[in-house]
Order: sequence, then structure tokens, then C-alpha cells
Amino acid sequence: MSIKGKACIVGAYEHPTRKAPDKSVAQLHAESARGALLDAGLTKNDIDGYFCAGDAPGLGPLSMADYMGLKLRHVDSTDVGGSSYLIHVAHAAEAIALGKCNVALITLAGRPRSEGSSGTQARNYGAAAPDAGYEFSYGLATANGYGMVAMRHMHEYGTTSEQLAWIKVAASHHAQHNPHAMLRDVVTVEEVVNSPLVADPLHRLDCCVVSDGGGALIVARPEIARSLKRPIVNILGAGEAPKGQLGGKVDLTYTGGAWSGAAAFAEAGVKPSDIQYASIYDSFTITVLLQLEDLGFCKKGEGGKFVADGNLISGVGKLPFNTDGGGLCNNHPANRGGMTKVIEAVRQLRGEAHPKVQVPNCGLALAHGTGGNLGSRHCGATLIMERV
Amino acid sequence: MTTSAPTAAPAATAAERKLPAPLINPENQPFFDATAKSTLLIGKCKACGEVHYYPRTICPHCGSDNTEWIAAKGTGSIYSYSTMHRGVPVPYTIAYVALDEGVSMMTNLTGFAPGSLKIGQRVRVVFQEADGGTAEKRGAMMPLFTPV
Repeated sequence: MSIKGKACIVGAYEHPTRKAPDKSVAQLHAESARGALLDAGLTKNDIDGYFCAGDAPGLGPLSMADYMGLKLRHVDSTDVGGSSYLIHVAHAAEAIALGKCNVALITLAGRPRSEGSSGTQARNYGAAAPDAGYEFSYGLATANGYGMVAMRHMHEYGTTSEQLAWIKVAASHHAQHNPHAMLRDVVTVEEVVNSPLVADPLHRLDCCVVSDGGGALIVARPEIARSLKRPIVNILGAGEAPKGQLGGKVDLTYTGGAWSGAAAFAEAGVKPSDIQYASIYDSFTITVLLQLEDLGFCKKGEGGKFVADGNLISGVGKLPFNTDGGGLCNNHPANRGGMTKVIEAVRQLRGEAHPKVQVPNCGLALAHGTGGNLGSRHCGATLIMERV
Repeated sequence: MTTSAPTAAPAATAAERKLPAPLINPENQPFFDATAKSTLLIGKCKACGEVHYYPRTICPHCGSDNTEWIAAKGTGSIYSYSTMHRGVPVPYTIAYVALDEGVSMMTNLTGFAPGSLKIGQRVRVVFQEADGGTAEKRGAMMPLFTPV
């Protein structure tokens, strides 16, 4: 059994805020949900399935379903960090295919900017986390975890800081057209590599923004999608794959995306060269580079060459990516970028991206996320969608 | 078990970050009992013969519960590293060290000249007291690595 053609994305909404000190997290979830319902042309009483992750406040789906007044027959709070929302789309399609729900709502929101969160802070998951005793004291934060990944890739494959910088440059070219983007200035390779080192070899401009905000998606049965007025975005295939330290056989040169991508391409029945637009998780520039290799857009070790010279810039290169500016320039709500990755892919497939970055006749798109930390344990999640 | 290395880290050239106290639970307590005696423990499975890290009571390779703690020699090479320069009071260097027993462990590097580190460089374990000590009782000892 496959989810191919069993469900459609009918609503998508990115909350416009990037700083929300006067709003609650629940409020941002609900405002995002309302935006997605308006986009779809549905009402909250049409929703019978709800999906959220660890950013949902209180007791997750219970608190949020109660807050929003939802009457549900299916809930799923799968939490694998920032890639959770790609998995939620796949799980929603599975639930719809099995008849467990008809219209699924997925929400994300958070206020890390207002709350002073930073990727240089070590995260404390408590002594019950099985790895914590062996890791917390060493100060594993987000930035130095990805720093170790970049350092190893440079060592094994000769990848350079200038090549990584091209990823930021491409994102900035797209962000200049997004009025909501936090960073709208086009930057150069030199500006990236001359920005201060955060966790070597990663510079400040290799890192994503910290932003408040949220987003929501609505996934529905195809016959419901056809009854609505919006362009139809079909879900073709998906994959999810956690990867950790492999019992001590640590290998930082590849990600769970190698497994989730292969599964998604097999289910969709397409190959990387068919993809016209890709949303690629961009917590850091190195995150993008590894995922492009693991998804098969280029060979392992050749990511540096692939991203150089504007190859990711829409209208310039072969693989337009993150045309909203991505996490590197636009938005990284709740420190979790998976939701906005799906939303921009939906915009592209609907032909509703900014005209300056819209891929002509975009019919096939991929969204991919990495939740957790590539330096320790993470989850790759891949979603392939088509415009019907 | 044998003592594998001296307990004191070499004098650092710059201010050193005081390591936060480790998050200890019943399963990892023996690891810190051993570091207090300058011994680095890793996991080994008697069923499949594989070593693993971090140590656990159920083998992550074969699933057997027939596991034991073994003392590592405390030598290895740098697999990767990154120095945190921004957003922290004192820069520090996180790393994975590939132990000679065949597993890699997360750690910090210490006692090196700035800019001198290289992937593949040989290192040995040193033990450094973490935060949380009192007048009566020393804080937990954390294994760090320093160039040989």
C-alpha cells in the first residue's frame, strides 16, 4: 500500500510575524491554523485529524485541540524536531488513505526570538535522556554539532567555506523578493566567509535566523480537494529515517536523508533529475550540502561543486531551492524549519511563489527536512509532491 | 581495571570553560564511578563481541543483554571537532574522538595551541573535574582529550 495519490495539500499558510513578544504560542498556532483554513476554503468544523509536534504548548494535541475547539477522530504528535511537519503530511496521507480522517490540520509555532533562544546554547534534555550523561557537559549546541559535520566534510572531500557560502548567497537572492524575510540584503561569498566565526568552520552567515512565527497545512482526501477552488497539490511519496551515532560507529558524512530520500523517490516513482523545485532544510549551509548529496542531486562529496556559482538560484541554476529565502534568510519559526519547507513547495506548485523566483510550470517538487542535530542524532524526512 | 592516563589536564593557554555537572542516572553511574578513578569505560557485548559507545546495558548492535563495561586504553585520534567562538563566555572545543578500540565518543579537546588541531591527530584522555563539587566531595570527573 502506498500514499501515492491518496491525499492532497489543500491549505498552506505561513504566519507573517517574525517577532511576537505580545502573543502566546497557542495563539500563533491557532492564527496559523485559521490562515490555512481560509487559504483552503474550509472551516474548523471540517477538520477531523490534527497533527502537531513538540513546539505545541501544554499537552500538545490535547491542549491545542481544546484551545481551537476541534472535534477529532485522529491525532498524531510525532516529534522528531524540525522535520516533524514533513512526516505529519505523510502520516496525514496515511490516515486519510486508511479512512481514519478526511481533513487533517498540521500546525507549528514558537517564539524562540522573543524568548532569547540561540543555536550556541547547549540543550538540556534532562538526565533521563540516555545520551545526556555522555554529552551534555561537553556543550553540544546546534552550531558546534553542525560545525563538526562541516569540518569532517571538508576533511574528506575538500569542501570549502566559499562553496558553503554559495548556499547562503542563493538564499539571499531569493529573500530580497520576500517582504516578510528577516534578512533581505543580497550577500556575496566574501561577506559570508568574512562574517564572524560562530563554531568553526561555520560563520555567522552560515547559520539560519532565529525567528518567532508559525505555519499550518491542511491535507485532505482528493475528492474534497477537487471540491475546493485552489490548485491541487498531490502527495506522491514520502520517507522518514532517524540516524544517530550507530552505536559508536559515528559517521558525520551522510544523513538520514539518504534513506528517507530513497524511500520517497521509490514511492513517488520519480528520480532526482525530475525535480523542478526543492525545499531543502537549511539550519546551516552545511545542512543543505549534505542533504543535496544524500537525496541524489549530486554524488557524495560533490555537493560543494554542485552548489557553487549560483546553481541553487531560481532562474540561474539547475536546482532552484528555498525560493522564500529559507531558514537562512526568511524564517525559522520555533527553531523548526520543516513547516516552511512544505509551504514554499506548495507555493511553487500552485504558481504562487514570488514572480521573480517562481519556477515556470512547476509540476514536481520535493521538500526535505532534518530534525534534531546532524552532529548527534537527527531524523531525515522527505516529501515529493506534484501539481495535478 | 587499569588506570589509563594521568588525572590532570595539561595547563591550558587560555581560560578554560568549567564543564557543567554531568546528567547522571542509574544506568550511567558506573561510568562516573570509573572516571573518578581515571578510567574511561566503554560498552562491550559478550554475545556479538562488538564494542559500543555510549555504553548501555542492551547492545545497540545485536540487542543482547549480555553486555559489560570494559576499560578503554584512552588513546585515539580526532574524528572531527569545532570550537565555539560566539555566544559563550569562554570558547571551547567539542569533538568526536575515534578510540583505538573502534568506537567514537563525543568529548572536549583541551591543552592545545590555538589553530593547531587537525582531524586524524593522535590524542589521549585526561580527566577534568566538572561543576557540582562541594568542600567535602569532588565534582564528577569528565574524560577530555589532549594531543599526544
